[in-house]
Amino acid sequence: MGNVIGIGAAPKRKEDQRFLTGRGNYVSDIKRPGMAAGVFVRSPHGHAVLRGIDKSAALASPGVIAVLTGDDVADDGLGSLPCGWGITDAKGVPMKEPPFPMLAQDKVRFVGDMVAFVIAETPEQANAAADLLKVDYEVLPSVVGVLEAVRPDAPQLFDDVPNNICCNWELGDKAAVETAFKKAAHVAKLSLVNNRLIGNPMEPRAAIAEYEPGTDRYTLWTTSQFPHVVRFLMGALVLNIPQHKLRVVAPDVGGGFGVKQFHYGEEAVITWAAKRVRRPVKWVASRSEGYVSDRHGRDHVTEAELALDETGKFLAFRVNTLANMGGYLSTFGPNIPTNLYGPLLGGVYTTPAIYCNVKVVFTNTVPVDAYRGAGRPEATFVLERIVDVAASEMGIDRVEIRRRNMIPKEAYPYQTPVLVQYDSGDPMGCLDGALVAADVKKFGVRKAASASKGKFRGLGYSTYVEACGLAPSRFAGRLGARGGLYESATVRVHPTGQVTVMIGTHNHGQGHETTFAQIVSDKLGVAFENVDIVFGDTDRVQFGMGTYGSRSLVVGGAALSKATDKVIVKGKKIAAHLLEASEADIQFEAGKFSVAGTDRIKTFEEIAGAAYVPHNYPLEVLEPGLEEQAYYDPVNFTYPGGCHIAEVEVDPETGTVTLVNYTAVDDVGTVINPMIVEGQLHGGIVQGVGQALFENAVYDEGSGQLLSGSLMDYCMPRADHLPMMNVATHSTLCTHTPMGVKGCGEVGTIGSPAAVINAVVDALSHLGVTHVDMPATPNRIWRLLQNASLPVAAE
Amino acid sequence: MQISFTLNGRPTSVDVEPATLVAELLREQLHLTGTHIGCDTSQCGACVVHLNGLPVKSCTLLAPALDGATLLTIEGLTGDPGSNQMHPMQEAFRQHHGLQCGFCTPGMLMTAVALATEKPDLTEADVRHGLEGNICRCTGYQNIVISVMAGAAAMHAAKGE
Repeated sequence: MGNVIGIGAAPKRKEDQRFLTGRGNYVSDIKRPGMAAGVFVRSPHGHAVLRGIDKSAALASPGVIAVLTGDDVADDGLGSLPCGWGITDAKGVPMKEPPFPMLAQDKVRFVGDMVAFVIAETPEQANAAADLLKVDYEVLPSVVGVLEAVRPDAPQLFDDVPNNICCNWELGDKAAVETAFKKAAHVAKLSLVNNRLIGNPMEPRAAIAEYEPGTDRYTLWTTSQFPHVVRFLMGALVLNIPQHKLRVVAPDVGGGFGVKQFHYGEEAVITWAAKRVRRPVKWVASRSEGYVSDRHGRDHVTEAELALDETGKFLAFRVNTLANMGGYLSTFGPNIPTNLYGPLLGGVYTTPAIYCNVKVVFTNTVPVDAYRGAGRPEATFVLERIVDVAASEMGIDRVEIRRRNMIPKEAYPYQTPVLVQYDSGDPMGCLDGALVAADVKKFGVRKAASASKGKFRGLGYSTYVEACGLAPSRFAGRLGARGGLYESATVRVHPTGQVTVMIGTHNHGQGHETTFAQIVSDKLGVAFENVDIVFGDTDRVQFGMGTYGSRSLVVGGAALSKATDKVIVKGKKIAAHLLEASEADIQFEAGKFSVAGTDRIKTFEEIAGAAYVPHNYPLEVLEPGLEEQAYYDPVNFTYPGGCHIAEVEVDPETGTVTLVNYTAVDDVGTVINPMIVEGQLHGGIVQGVGQALFENAVYDEGSGQLLSGSLMDYCMPRADHLPMMNVATHSTLCTHTPMGVKGCGEVGTIGSPAAVINAVVDALSHLGVTHVDMPATPNRIWRLLQNASLPVAAE
Repeated sequence: MQISFTLNGRPTSVDVEPATLVAELLREQLHLTGTHIGCDTSQCGACVVHLNGLPVKSCTLLAPALDGATLLTIEGLTGDPGSNQMHPMQEAFRQHHGLQCGFCTPGMLMTAVALATEKPDLTEADVRHGLEGNICRCTGYQNIVISVMAGAAAMHAAKGE
């Protein structure tokens, strides 16, 4: 008999045994009998007319089974890849939504756009045949940057999308903002770029599809964060496969970070192809292939203005952004730089008037969609940077200006001028905690020590809030979501009292098998080891929207909590019958049902046994069995936040920025497993540090070639880039989730870029530097120092 | 061609195409899928195995190079591939939450064991430098570094007994 391990404990993870011993089960590990290999032929051009494809040489190549192209897709009358969000401009005019064919039809619009799928007996044969495919392209000029794409003479991606503008989106009271700016004592202005990123989960994407003629059923194994959504989008909207004939399995998935939360064309093509060739087909992306096909993230160009009164109080905030969508609309694409960006521009401050305009722009680049944080890091970066700019220009201390504008703890719930209402929070508490933890008082001593070595030291703050736990369906629906965003859980109690949970979220590193088991163990008094969590298979799990937007614990955990409560309710009815007492008198505590005020008890196992062997059981009023299901749709987002403090050292000789200290105090609500939360914070912070210091997806204007197309060119954070981070939580409870949880998956990535860049600017402020774009690479800093007005020497 | 080598302590003989990479041989022909392939430029380190006791990236090594060699993969780390037993380094990763999605983990462990074997008194800087060829996208490396130091200490404590 094992132990109950409850909420707040830190058991070691259930999932670790298989991963540590090399027994994980990732898609690329799976082999099916008779399996063939597929490779995609992708456009080498950023923009071209597809004049024709000659398959003959490829088809004659040894081992080739089939070569499929856009014409075959058209012949079979299949749909194009759907976009899950339909946003509108201020007048209600819908966004431009050109079709996204699963294999290119008339044109290719980015390097990596898929033009054919070659199936052969082996991957080597498929690759050899792919090289023999003759594709006739009429190459057109590419446009890759948003500023270039909206110019009148820019190459046009689609005939019916003038100036490549998908949508001209607005939020907030423009007139109120203009009025406030007229009264301002000071206006801070900032132009910035939010650099384009590639998510880089360590497992490249992969898929296997199989068709069984005997049952007319399809199975797709895919590296996905949301298998049920893939089943719905692909089955109902692309391939016309009835939902009950399609099984989608996402087994162990090696990291997601958003990259795997979209329905990709590869999934649709391989599923369709498996039926055409009557063979299981497997495709595994190489890393380089992932670079030109995994959806990218961020990529904004922004002009921001902050109006302040003479005391440094924020009066109004105005933000104009151009957001890159790439060549087509991906699953969540247009939602990210709009609904997940504008509503966060209030931050933790009482700014009364905010206006945001986002022009969502098509370019000849990989489609852009959610990447960890998705919209919220971009909003935080604009706001936390301009707060520093304003403080510097007005001669107010950076911490002081934040304090003067912060929403006090007692002002929650707090309605912002940009749609969202924060339910709870204590930004001042997080700030105070972080100031102590980062030992800010002694920063001057450390700065002097750096100076004595010829280095410039800087300190940067980011006090931020985000909206997560995606999402209240009704609210999302008003903003343009075409689906719901609830979550579901089934709690199946076996006759012997062990529990299997089927949940619609997906575990790909977050430790759900552990955290969710703790919730059940805590609530039912069942041993932790007697609870297993099942996810990632549409044949085993009833339904679900998957894992993204820090929603798994917030929304999925709430569904699980509700389903567990239903088990207790039914257990009490059974116990009342067995104990010959009134249901109202039955108490449930620590795994035991008892009659209040007596020593008459039934254990959880006895009740489970009675439910499945109903000899003495109220069959007239109660069904046998002990299994309950719940769906949960949140009433609001949750609003985690906190204060991050970064400390950097800049070497003026080389321009190298070294992160030397990092402190985070975050409010993530109730912590179920502190070990896992800490791990999520570490990983999130480093992804933000990666954006700030290292990572950049660079395209060549004109040709549309991705210049940072491999791990040799795209700089990922490595172990020797980083110091030991100091992370802690300062929690206020969410007022509307069952357990008070807020989510912790994205906070690190949202808070950290601004903290790091604010530290870099602080380190260089004595040279007149007021802004540094990301990533702050040695090259960029060195050039900045060469152009600085003061001599490059430590003070 | 036919090659013979010692794999996880057992004599092994296989017929391979000369252009086969060791990572592919392990995963496709020998069904040892614990060795992962995370990139195509020898950058990520998910495929690290021990060749004659030294860590190598098996995605960059051709199968014929194995002939007569001794190869250790994640499946053989405890010396008993069938058991649930853990090597001290594996146990340290579990204790210190040194993994999240698990994809980089086998390569990290193989590199970590080699580091600890090579240098008994690893400093944090040694570990960070030593892991430079292994990329993790989940953990921010902090708990991996802590795990490797703890695992190294446990390995040497076990040896000292």
